[in-house]
Amino acid sequence: MVENKKYVNKYNFAFIDEATKKEIRRKLLKAVAIPGYQVPYSSPEMPISRGWGTGGLHVTLAIIGKEDIFKIIDQGSDASVNACNLREFVHMMTNVKTTFDTAEATLIQTRHRITEEELNENQIFIYQVPQPEPLRGVERYENKTRQMHGEADYAKMWVSLYESFVRHGDIMLGAGYPVKVNNRYIMAPSPIPKWDVPNLNFSKALHLYGAGREKRLYAIPPYTPVEPLEFEDVKFHTEDFKGTECYKTGYKKAFLDELYFDDGSKHFVINDSNFLDKLSENASAKQHSNKYIDQIEA
Amino acid sequence: MSRTDDNWLLTVRNLTKIYGEPNENTLDLTGPIFNSNICPETESIVACANINFDLYPGEVLGIVGESGSGKSTVVKLLYFDMEKSAGAAWLTPYNNGLANILDESNQKKRFIRNHLMGMVYQNPRDGLNFRFSSGGNIAEKLIMAGEMHVGNIRGRASDLLNKTEVPVLRMDDRPSSFSGGMQQRVQIAKAIANNPPLLFLDEVTTGLDVSVQAKVLDLIRELQQDLGIAMIVVSHDLSVIRMLTDRTIVMKNGRIVESGLTDQILQDPQHEYSQLLVSSLL
Repeated sequence: MVENKKYVNKYNFAFIDEATKKEIRRKLLKAVAIPGYQVPYSSPEMPISRGWGTGGLHVTLAIIGKEDIFKIIDQGSDASVNACNLREFVHMMTNVKTTFDTAEATLIQTRHRITEEELNENQIFIYQVPQPEPLRGVERYENKTRQMHGEADYAKMWVSLYESFVRHGDIMLGAGYPVKVNNRYIMAPSPIPKWDVPNLNFSKALHLYGAGREKRLYAIPPYTPVEPLEFEDVKFHTEDFKGTECYKTGYKKAFLDELYFDDGSKHFVINDSNFLDKLSENASAKQHSNKYIDQIEA
Repeated sequence: MSRTDDNWLLTVRNLTKIYGEPNENTLDLTGPIFNSNICPETESIVACANINFDLYPGEVLGIVGESGSGKSTVVKLLYFDMEKSAGAAWLTPYNNGLANILDESNQKKRFIRNHLMGMVYQNPRDGLNFRFSSGGNIAEKLIMAGEMHVGNIRGRASDLLNKTEVPVLRMDDRPSSFSGGMQQRVQIAKAIANNPPLLFLDEVTTGLDVSVQAKVLDLIRELQQDLGIAMIVVSHDLSVIRMLTDRTIVMKNGRIVESGLTDQILQDPQHEYSQLLVSSLL
């Protein structure tokens, strides 16, 4: 009897077949070569539906190696449902070591946050992106937005910022504040809070973005200038946590979550769970440094 | 013909726009002689053909003709709203008038549009973005020309609205809440935001009531005298042409049938179509 060796292993290493991985890697190379440019890719079927983190998962699975140490967070937390399930999946499919420790990880997948702890040159940061097109709010047709990117025609985007300022006295964009990458493309940094946006500027790590539902990949290579859009007199600023501090650690220089206790009292706590743990245990954790964080008094 | 003889602002040669697939006879089988712009052999439509004219700085040129005569097509081609089929245009402030602006890249065309041209459409919805405030619409033009200071943008926008007699208090309201005359004045404010040397006016008073028409025409004439902007005024209304323009081109079936000084054309029209136009003037 002929033995069927092809199906001895149920899945290929990291689930996706090698040809598709190669395709994704080639698209990633293109994305890295043109910082901020959205590269279309195949977005193959995954065991979860598109739009539930498949873009990030594609990138992770296409580039993960057996030596990698994998960390995944959802809104700063290692323990939320999205993070736990995807971690479990990646671990099952690759058997790589997983960790909560930001400093130890070589591959960090994230949904909607950048870690408080500074990234280094050996790390790759992977984002799950719901809407890769920063211009979608001002122009609904894809062929138009692609042309606008091609010709660097960003006046509409700027007028929408102007309108926001005129109507509300401030640029009312919360998560996913548009940035200009390498002085060329306007890019959606995925819905990270404004707090995280300055940390992309000249970051030492490689940042890769995957939008599974929209079938787009893009990237910020290490040491690339990334500037939030701002006018000469109306400036970008991060979230203001003045007068608040983490109720567990008393720390003020981190992105805080608002909590309501059973008695109705309001408290704040550090959003990044690993950073909170390290502070609580007095372990060392070197934070990102930028002009917005540095202004805050400890 | 040498274009450097005089100080032309805009030179247009052989401007042609044809829809469909023309053959070699198309241009010979259409035009005012046949009273048609549809080619009988290929059914392609000649929107305009062999349009030649020149424009001096500060001069106002009228283009008059009936509906479908191709007059709007001419300005839309020159403002890059449409792609030409053939022809060339040189604009002296751009590259010293050495480059055919109709053959430039989209990026260059946008530069020319934003820095050297303004356009006022018949329908304010074509020229204004109704999702932005009127100030935002003017801001768009200023931002495209590189102004990135909100205070300066608002200062300039309120100056322009003042000049076009739109209440500055309504700067942050959307044009959709304005009257037709006000919308048209916002459109004019936007068009002249960057002090362009050349302004296109496409049927600007059509659809406005008579008293508002008069106000808009007054405004245009004032702006022309104050700022010395060269204009191309497209209209089917001879009274608008008489009021605004120095020279006039009469178009029919996509061709120029007569051109000359406005007064001369109105007093002594040569072509039979011009005579018809003038005699039907109320």
